[in-house]
Amino acid sequence: MFIADYSAKNIYDEMFSNEGFPRKSYDFVKTKMESLGGIELIKRSSSAERALMSLGITFTLYGDGGEQERIMPFDVIPRIVPSEEWISIEKGLKQRILALNLFLNDIYSERKILKDKVIPSEIIDSSTGYLKQCMGLKPPKDIWIHITGTDLVRDGAGAFHVLEDNLRCPSGVSYVLENREVMKRTFPELFEKLNIRQVYDYPYHLRSMLENLTDVSDPVIAVWTPGVYNSAYYEHSFLAQKMGVYLVEGTDLVVENHKVYMKTTKGLRKVDVIYRRIDDTFMDPSSFREDSLLGVKGIFEAYKRGNVALANAPGTGVADDKVIYSYVPKIIKYYLGEDPIIPNVPTYLCSEESDLKYVLDNIHNLVVKAANGAGGYGMIIGPKSTKQEQEDFKELIKADPRNYIAQPVLNLSTVPTLISDKIESRHVDLRPFILYGKDVYVMPGGLTRVALRKGSLVVNSSQGGGSKDTWVLG
Amino acid sequence: MLSRVAESVFWMNRYIERAENYSRFIDVNHQLSLDLNEEVPNQWLPLVHTTGDYELFAKKYSEPTPVNVIRFMTFDEENPNSIFQCLSKARENARTIRENISTSMWEVLNEFYLYVKNYRKLYMESTEEHGDTLSIDLSDFLSTVRKSCQSFYGCTDATISHDEVWNFALLGRFLERADKTTRILDMKYFILLPSVHDIGSTLDLLQWLSLLKSASAHEMYNRKYKKIDPTDIAEFLILNDTFPRSIIFCIQEMQEALEKISGLKEGLPRNSAQDATTVYLNRLRSENIKSIFDKGLHEYLDDIQIELNQIGAKIVERFFTN
Repeated sequence: MFIADYSAKNIYDEMFSNEGFPRKSYDFVKTKMESLGGIELIKRSSSAERALMSLGITFTLYGDGGEQERIMPFDVIPRIVPSEEWISIEKGLKQRILALNLFLNDIYSERKILKDKVIPSEIIDSSTGYLKQCMGLKPPKDIWIHITGTDLVRDGAGAFHVLEDNLRCPSGVSYVLENREVMKRTFPELFEKLNIRQVYDYPYHLRSMLENLTDVSDPVIAVWTPGVYNSAYYEHSFLAQKMGVYLVEGTDLVVENHKVYMKTTKGLRKVDVIYRRIDDTFMDPSSFREDSLLGVKGIFEAYKRGNVALANAPGTGVADDKVIYSYVPKIIKYYLGEDPIIPNVPTYLCSEESDLKYVLDNIHNLVVKAANGAGGYGMIIGPKSTKQEQEDFKELIKADPRNYIAQPVLNLSTVPTLISDKIESRHVDLRPFILYGKDVYVMPGGLTRVALRKGSLVVNSSQGGGSKDTWVLG
Repeated sequence: MLSRVAESVFWMNRYIERAENYSRFIDVNHQLSLDLNEEVPNQWLPLVHTTGDYELFAKKYSEPTPVNVIRFMTFDEENPNSIFQCLSKARENARTIRENISTSMWEVLNEFYLYVKNYRKLYMESTEEHGDTLSIDLSDFLSTVRKSCQSFYGCTDATISHDEVWNFALLGRFLERADKTTRILDMKYFILLPSVHDIGSTLDLLQWLSLLKSASAHEMYNRKYKKIDPTDIAEFLILNDTFPRSIIFCIQEMQEALEKISGLKEGLPRNSAQDATTVYLNRLRSENIKSIFDKGLHEYLDDIQIELNQIGAKIVERFFTN
């Protein structure tokens, strides 16, 4: 059955070259897996799944049958990124975060980049992520995007591209840490032999980044969750626990005299820093959406007055708008005077007339996404869609061209994956996590998401995707 | 500590304690029924009376058969106090306060919940297939429930700081326990003997003995008293200040937890929950079993329950709502 029979032709496979030889970084892993054999691998895989079940590492799915708690499917064959590739990814991500942060500072103050006509200003003003309430805002230390999860994919030739930036509340880092713990139990012999860069200290980096946001000594820090029914609730409580900080919901907070307090058994206690995992517009019904039941009245004003620090800063969503994404190479050039180290995926903007025509004519060959969509919703994958779906989607695009971008269908790279009792190739992407505090810190590795359905390119957990541990060697 | 978290810790512990008590009630009753011959009246209905859920039971089930009572108290998802529901709610509370408890506590509770959930599924399938039957190994299940509750307590004791979270856990655990002890004692009120001549009979003693067992008090009672005697049993379960399930012991623990929560050392003012507990504890200390029986045991137990409810309400008001 085993790895010997595995084939991944006409595609970039992370483990095997096109000639069918294992890549250097995978040498040891491949040999070890072969010597373990299929039965042992399946045994270890189910014991890993049991461990995840016991630990209750779950997310919540909403569907016809009400809400369901699921374990994120986890594959035991690791994805390995060789160190020389990682060095360049790390550099590229730092460059991107620095540039995007300068961009946010500029957009909400002088708007030089618009005046210099590098980006058309109507694109900013029409972005749903752009919050005019943030105009003139000066976040602590001029940092807007403290926590980023950038999605990377490889193209057919094996080159990494940025697929999208997630600058608001990127999820998944808890799975990276938990997957690693489970992998150490599952394959201790691989960890003994290989020099795998560790990730366990991420919560410490996160905490010290949050502390950096205030001058208060021994600050009170809280992670703000929408609540136990949020699909990422597990991660929110995980991070609060690992950092040793409070986990709060909107109803635990109250603003008095433009300061934020939480309700404790000993009365109100001031909160200094909040890592919020709730969308911008839900944060404060008095400044943004009035109908928000999750929010806290007056928190935005408290923030503006510098009485509480928020991570990420409100308003960052404008920089991960998928239309603005297409300008990031220009943004990097404009603010840093450098060429992007990691390229974008080529992108067509439906707001541009010539691009729009191309997209409408070629929709069957393209991926079209809503500018603010996430989680695999609001998109169409041309080659996998029916004629009717394409026609319907064209109508959506024509009705609101500003809201759509299109990209060629990327043949995402594959990694061998255990599917019941066989090893088959499955598509993956990679979401590294970046923290911007005193310096920019890139966690070595990140979340490798894997599309578990044969041939599928959709890796989102809400769409049935799974995950793999990601190893950076060196 | 966040008020919401304090409330969840409190309830998480109440539910676990409730599940443990229910598993013992059912098991003891099950064992008792095996000892009795067919002429003895049905022993299962008093159990439902004891839990205070008779109305709900009567609405759903026509007869207090062993199978019905067991299903109602163990697996019924419409009974908010069934073992399954207690576990679901304890786990849901734990989920909302995970950052305050240790991973090992969470793991014990999560595995426990998965066990009960899975067992319930098997039970339901088995009754569907074979009709109403007790063929599945009920005692084994109930014993696992008790052990899991105890390993949850042990894990709590050994893996989290004995600070506010801990004290709210104790508060929930002992308030629930005191309530359940009153209900166990009161069970005898609901069990009818075939006739007055049976007072003091073997059957009567057997019932008192099973009541002691329901409170897990049988062995400790035997070390102190030489024979099964209703007055002694009541004294032991109400006024023995070293036995961890007696009313007075539970109130002592609650008082101590409240003192620590309120932070007397920090010079904070006393609060009404604390005051009420102290007043009540002092009253208990001045009682003796003769005066209790003079008043009537059933009435006296009713009074305790009212007292406990009032303390509970003060805790809610002082710590959970603001």
